[in-house]
Amino acid sequence: MRGLIGEDLLTEEGEFIINMGPQHPSTHGVLHLKIWLDGETVKRIQPNLGYIHRSIEKMSESLSYRNFIFATSRMDYLAAHVNNEACALTVEKGLQLEVPQRAKVIRTILSELTRLQSHQLWWGCTGLDLGGVTPFFYAFREREAIMEIFEETCGARLTQNYMVPGGIMYDVHPNFQKRVKDVMIQIKGKFEEYDNIMTGNVILENRLKGVGYLSKEDALSYGVTGPTARASGLSCDLRKSNPYSAYDQVQFDEILDTGGDCYARYMVRMREMRQSVSIIEQLIDNIPEGDFQAKTKNVIKLPKGEFYQRVETPRGELGVFIVSDGAASPYRIKYRSPGFSNLSALPIMAKGGKIGDLVAIMATIDLVIPDIDR
Amino acid sequence: MSTEELKNSITAILPSSTFDETGEFLNVVITSEELLPLMNTLRTKSEFDFDFLFCLTCIDWKDHLMMVYHLLSKTHQHTLVIKAKIADRNNAQIETVCNIWRTAEFHEREVFDLFGVKFINHPDLRRLFLSDDWVGHPLRKDYTDENMISL
Repeated sequence: MRGLIGEDLLTEEGEFIINMGPQHPSTHGVLHLKIWLDGETVKRIQPNLGYIHRSIEKMSESLSYRNFIFATSRMDYLAAHVNNEACALTVEKGLQLEVPQRAKVIRTILSELTRLQSHQLWWGCTGLDLGGVTPFFYAFREREAIMEIFEETCGARLTQNYMVPGGIMYDVHPNFQKRVKDVMIQIKGKFEEYDNIMTGNVILENRLKGVGYLSKEDALSYGVTGPTARASGLSCDLRKSNPYSAYDQVQFDEILDTGGDCYARYMVRMREMRQSVSIIEQLIDNIPEGDFQAKTKNVIKLPKGEFYQRVETPRGELGVFIVSDGAASPYRIKYRSPGFSNLSALPIMAKGGKIGDLVAIMATIDLVIPDIDR
Repeated sequence: MSTEELKNSITAILPSSTFDETGEFLNVVITSEELLPLMNTLRTKSEFDFDFLFCLTCIDWKDHLMMVYHLLSKTHQHTLVIKAKIADRNNAQIETVCNIWRTAEFHEREVFDLFGVKFINHPDLRRLFLSDDWVGHPLRKDYTDENMISL
């Protein structure tokens, strides 16, 4: 055995080392996991990052305050709107700029549509990872309708770059209101279908229940945020605790679960989808008239100082930290991305479990690798 | 605790610390040697109870490096920023805080990789994004590379 596979694959304790990724379907991108196995039991995991590191932070240091936002669409590509919004909010904080009410409401609607489509893609991919192909087609059917709204309003489907310092780049398409309402009605009718095919499914419950437990204390210590942390009972919804845009004008409750396992994470995201629909419905009829962008100077210069903005992306807390020395481009930018911290808790969630369960755990953390590598 | 109370309590623990209130959060500026005892107190003492390290990063100010720690208490809902000054750029080192907040382990590896700050007692200090044979630390202001293009 030893001669056959090479010495470095077998440790002195008889543990078998395998490499999962960087090209593996269940990692949803280029993530490399080095796994120490005893039989089928996972003893240790070491994530190796950097396969899609583009140095967005360094690049931003030589870009203007308008241009650096474009790069952030390529971080978490399933939530480009929210990334753009976070950056725009940070710049506005530095300028002490009040955004028109119309822009705030449209930003919130688009952020929730983003959350909805991101969770739908996650739902489909979770089904795919666990061996069911049908959910993927179901999810993409509704997601496509949302992507078409994005395309019509922003001109792009993934890298929208629609939120700019001061508001939104241009006004929404005349069809926007009607289309969003139609899509909401369509999606609401499909949730039952989602539940019938996946949520109540015995195979799915067996794969998820009691798997990949994360305690509330560990979630906090590892800086885990978003639905992953809320499934462990950790209250961390920034839309509720630090409201931005129009989140203080809508009624919604933070969704918490105490299970801490994969099934709890699954259920939190399923409930969040319904919640996003409810938030959109509260706002879509009440988009105020008026300007969609506040006036800004051609060349934006932030005053000397440091500005920090936290927003809730579909995956958790995104922090944008801008250090300005008064010039026309940032002195230093740091993105505290949600996936980065969520991934750091993967080794403790998977430890002691079976390697087959690792796929279920990774699916329910909802990793997006470009968001981790930046 | 309010900002004023935080200031008084921290001055009582560490009289040499200086404060900066110009930004959104209260900033406490200390030296790199003072970091670990202060961080331990901030985590363990129930009146502070800073249980969430939501951001850890570094800034290169050309003549020195500045470590920045964003702390939040979930119980008291107060926020604090600790800034530790590393004067020696060529031999930059500071104590790790990953025994206090586990999330620091990844964040410190990122800072080690991109700024070249050595974290004393870190359990697994390796480059995170770049390959092991990479020369230099790209987020330092004096970093150059023959393949770099100016935008």
